[in-house]
Amino acid sequence: MTTVLPAPAPRTAPPSAARIAVRRVGLELKLFFRERQQVVFSFAYPVIMLVIFAAVLGGDERPGDVPFTQYFLAGIAATGIMLTSFQALGTAIATERENGQLERLQVLGTPPVAYFAGKAGQVLVTTAAQLALLLPLARYGYDVPMPADLDHWLTFAWVAVLGALAGTVLGVAVSALPGSAASVTTGISAFAIVLQFFSGVFFGFTELPSWMQQAAAIFPLKWLTQGMRSAFLPEEAAAFEVAGGWEHGRTALVLAAWVIIGAVVCVRTFRWRRSEG
Amino acid sequence: MQLRGLVKRYGDRAVVDGLDLEVARGEVFALLGPNGAGKTTTIEILEGVRKRDGGDVRVLGVDPASAGRDWRARVGVVSQGSGAAQELSVREILDHFSGYHATPRPTAELIAAVGLEEKAGTRVGRLSGGQRRRLEVALGVQGRPELVFLDEPTTGMDPVARRQFWELIRGLRAEGATVLLTTHYLDEAAELSDRVGVIADGRLVEVAPPDELGAELRRLATVRWSEDGAVREVRTATPGVVLRDLLATSVTGDLPGLTVTRPSLEDVYLSLVGAPSTVCTDSEGDPR
Repeated sequence: MTTVLPAPAPRTAPPSAARIAVRRVGLELKLFFRERQQVVFSFAYPVIMLVIFAAVLGGDERPGDVPFTQYFLAGIAATGIMLTSFQALGTAIATERENGQLERLQVLGTPPVAYFAGKAGQVLVTTAAQLALLLPLARYGYDVPMPADLDHWLTFAWVAVLGALAGTVLGVAVSALPGSAASVTTGISAFAIVLQFFSGVFFGFTELPSWMQQAAAIFPLKWLTQGMRSAFLPEEAAAFEVAGGWEHGRTALVLAAWVIIGAVVCVRTFRWRRSEG
Repeated sequence: MQLRGLVKRYGDRAVVDGLDLEVARGEVFALLGPNGAGKTTTIEILEGVRKRDGGDVRVLGVDPASAGRDWRARVGVVSQGSGAAQELSVREILDHFSGYHATPRPTAELIAAVGLEEKAGTRVGRLSGGQRRRLEVALGVQGRPELVFLDEPTTGMDPVARRQFWELIRGLRAEGATVLLTTHYLDEAAELSDRVGVIADGRLVEVAPPDELGAELRRLATVRWSEDGAVREVRTATPGVVLRDLLATSVTGDLPGLTVTRPSLEDVYLSLVGAPSTVCTDSEGDPR
């Protein structure tokens, strides 16, 4: 009964983190689209905001003779990205941690980086889908001009991707806040709303008090919004930015710093369980 | 698997208090004990998902607190509460997680082994508690682990599912896997395990093969008979001698209402963990 059996043959190494990451992207997408509420909210929110604000303030103009809807599209595109990345992820991860789904991943020895990559992949796909819904509506419903040329489209693309990844990192980080998944969700929503006002999504950023501008400059949304303006607004509008220009270099730097530093911090501090004591 | 002087405290309270245990390769070991005795804490420390406050632990030759992926690949875990995404079907979940193992068991084989054939296409959210446990068990053994931890695996399972689970464990044993399980069910421990460890207040109070558990306690038989309308009772290690003497002194040569009982496994267990034992009167000696 307790005789010692010969040790089994050496085992093949488990699949690489990259292969698991690819599997996870597929799974995360499947799960995302099966949660109807989340799909509707993520996709409808920016669209509804655009419709409401265009109806209320559609006739206004922003500094530099930019029609309000054009100015606002940049902000709402940025908000949408934060919604599908930061907000959706922070909530989802807190829930998965609470109901034990992450425990399963832990005991399977899943590399945290594969889990993050799965989330990031899902965020990029859903963000793309969301923007693919929002932009045609703005273009054909409200005559908002799209990015002027390939250069502007490229700006739009790198800003969107970096913004979504920065939001992903921020989402992973906030999911670790103490409290139940429900309270984390509430905290995230409150933070997101405040951040939207601070970052110049609804109002012109230059109209905000400077302490608000400075607070916003720490977080990715301000830079994401500014980057989106640089893609959607005419060049002359750059003069009305706080810095008097689009600050592409600084935008890329801040967003990339969030992604890289945030990812390192998240990998090192990530917890599969609420308490590991 | 070796534990020496394992200690785990929550605040001032030691949940595991100097626990020693050794489980050999290929052995099926059952940890038995009441709620709060420290079973889950112990098994979680062995799984490497909970930190310990003291003692030395080696699982497959490695300290689980610092074990890496290769170690995890050799270990299967069925924990009490681990969840699966509600929106996925049984088959989808097993197919997905098969990608985490080098040589996973085929999904169809797993589904059959835990008896979920009819639920393979059902989403987890619509499974009963017992069916979810079965899925957990399937996930725990998917990667052909050398060592399997099962924390109350059959809770919520119906009798048919439990029997099926027992078969699965016997299959694992036949393949040479080591199994450590916790359970509330004595018959399960007796049925499956080579040895049983009874845990109470964070310590192992006895470790023995199931039919030798509580050998001391079990040697004491209770001889009971009626005399002058009253029930008389003697606890003895030598019931034969007692009977001989009784019969010799009996006027009629008969002893009305005579029973000789030995404590059942359940009685032994209850006295080991310090709970009030119910006196058994319905068996003629041999424990289950």
